[in-house]
Amino acid sequence: MIRKAKKLIIYIILLSMVLIPKDRVSAESESYTYTYEYFDFQLESPDAYTPQALLLGTDLGIGDFNNPKSLFVRDEYLYIVDSGNNRIVVVDRYFELIRVIDKVIMDGEEVTFLNPSDVYVTANGDMYICDADNNRVLHTDADLNVIKTYVKPDDPTVLGETNFIPLKCVVDKAGRLFVLAGNVNQGFMEFDKEGNFTNFTGANPVKATLWQALQKRLMTKEQRARMILFVPTEYSNLAIDKDDFLYATTNTFTTDQLATMKTVNPVRKLNSIGEDILVRNGYEPPIGDLQWGAGGDMTGPSRFEDVTAMDNDTYFCLDRNRGRIFGYDFQGNMLYAFGGAGNKLGYFQYPISIEHMGTDLFVLDNRAVSVTRFTLTEFGKYINEGLALYKEGLYEESAEYWKKALRLNGNYDLAYIGIGRALLRKGEYQEAMKYFKSKRDYNNYSKAFAEYRKEWVEENIQYLLIGAAALVIVPLVISKILKRFKGGAANYERKDRDL
Amino acid sequence: MNAKTEIYKEKLRHLGKTLRYSLYVIFHPFDGFWDLIHEKRGSIGAATIIFIMMLLTQVWTWTYSAFPFYFPQWEYFNLFMRVLPSAVLFFIWCIANWSLTTLMDGKGRLSHIYMASAYALTPFILIRIPLIFLTYILSYDEYTYYAVFANLSIVWCVILFIAAMMMIHDYTIGKALFSSFLTIVAMMIIIFLIIMFFSLITQSFGYFVALYKEATFRLY
Repeated sequence: MIRKAKKLIIYIILLSMVLIPKDRVSAESESYTYTYEYFDFQLESPDAYTPQALLLGTDLGIGDFNNPKSLFVRDEYLYIVDSGNNRIVVVDRYFELIRVIDKVIMDGEEVTFLNPSDVYVTANGDMYICDADNNRVLHTDADLNVIKTYVKPDDPTVLGETNFIPLKCVVDKAGRLFVLAGNVNQGFMEFDKEGNFTNFTGANPVKATLWQALQKRLMTKEQRARMILFVPTEYSNLAIDKDDFLYATTNTFTTDQLATMKTVNPVRKLNSIGEDILVRNGYEPPIGDLQWGAGGDMTGPSRFEDVTAMDNDTYFCLDRNRGRIFGYDFQGNMLYAFGGAGNKLGYFQYPISIEHMGTDLFVLDNRAVSVTRFTLTEFGKYINEGLALYKEGLYEESAEYWKKALRLNGNYDLAYIGIGRALLRKGEYQEAMKYFKSKRDYNNYSKAFAEYRKEWVEENIQYLLIGAAALVIVPLVISKILKRFKGGAANYERKDRDL
Repeated sequence: MNAKTEIYKEKLRHLGKTLRYSLYVIFHPFDGFWDLIHEKRGSIGAATIIFIMMLLTQVWTWTYSAFPFYFPQWEYFNLFMRVLPSAVLFFIWCIANWSLTTLMDGKGRLSHIYMASAYALTPFILIRIPLIFLTYILSYDEYTYYAVFANLSIVWCVILFIAAMMMIHDYTIGKALFSSFLTIVAMMIIIFLIIMFFSLITQSFGYFVALYKEATFRLY
């Protein structure tokens, strides 16, 4: 009897395993790394980056991190801003502890931090520390002696009543300091070398559409007062690249704004006068995910929390919504996206900061209090090489790498287009057209086609001329002949038409 | 036997003649549409051929245009659903126009409206088919040339439609424009009614299905 019951239970379990459908939340790809094709569908891709190691504070013997806020890389050192413990932890690429910075020397006395939120280290070792709750940015030399502090500007028109809360900072090669301050939406605060506030830079432009202007016209005063104020959005983070261009991210837009207004740019590249000069030539502008499947409590567009710009002008954006990393090349084409939400290595709970060391990527998870190191795979290396050679104008050499990348991922659109470009350069227009057509690259196809057409006309000019001449002469001759032999027929034709 | 073929030939000749008359209509819209109805120079058969050719022109534009000009996502391309709107809209236009113009002292009958509307589509066919060949010669940078001709075909058709309204209903231009506008409103109402009708039908059908199911449960 018991045996029978046991058998029955086993059967039921087995049956339920077969019969209960594996529930798929959305049409999103399930692989770790993916790309998007022309119609914004996700395509699985081999990994371009793989997680290599995870760092916890306890691994270093200094206790867990507490609310870590930011990462910074200078040369071979990774600076982890451990805000909750009021310290900055310096480790090397392989997560060996170098030192812990928890105080600096100011006027001969040791001063500690209060909730530091970011750090920037210049090439000669000077450090800029955003001491958020002390409302100052500390500028120290390599031996941690404070050279000067940046505080709230005296001018009451600059910040008014709001406190100066430096959240993020970067320094360019000329020594200018850019600070992302809390509760400020005029852009980044720019300080000169002497520590004086100069101006705000890179404010989000506020533009009302024609419809909004019209709407406002028709409203009463009360309605207008009730309307949401059109204020420029705040930035979420900033980074600086090797040419001193600022990369800025923003994530306080609504889904509608992203869908309807083209002015919402989650990631920007700002030049020295604060204009957005990011190239957006990809299928879609860099906004992260294009499919917003709603699963696991995650809805809506990607929310970029941080960005890091590599030396080859590729940049990686960190999406805190789904814990993903999006790579874009210098033309704004999405290279690949990887990551996800979860507890496994390579997945995040609340990723907050991303940095790169050479080609390695480091991602800081605020909730899991960990740092993950990612390294480039063979596939990623081919893409990098292809891009680098392409940027130098060595199209044919870059095509070799694109071909290698294609062997690993036959769905990789950029590789097809890269090969097409090389063929276009070589003068094999028809072949190039095939490659461009397969990935629907209209502009390049058009270029190749124009060349091909020119070549074809040059080759067949004699036939074209003969054809054109025949088109004129033959009807003339025929009508003459018809007139001579069948005088009545032509007449009949005309009469018929007029009827 | 001989007489039969003779009649058949005569019919075919008449069809050819009326079809060829569309070429006269598009260049002389006022004379053309007047004679189309009052001198019986058009025929329903020719109108139907033009209408079918219009649908085919659309299909050919989608299927045979060179890559950068039209290259749909074939996996999700449903030819029937793409052709259906223009076909259905055409018939709804005819019916809406007829039902309105009978109230507005229009002289035209339904067959006249159908015939004139179809004849007014001729430029669409005559311009769009050569444009398909043009896509093999033009590069995408020269899209403007393509767009100019494509838009020209639409504008021409619209002018012909208005001329047709004026001639077959004996309207002034103002009244023709006004009745065309009202026709579009009437089309929307008809489409709304169709959708409502179908949803109501499905619901009432569902009601009877449910009733039957309920009854069978009770009986057994």
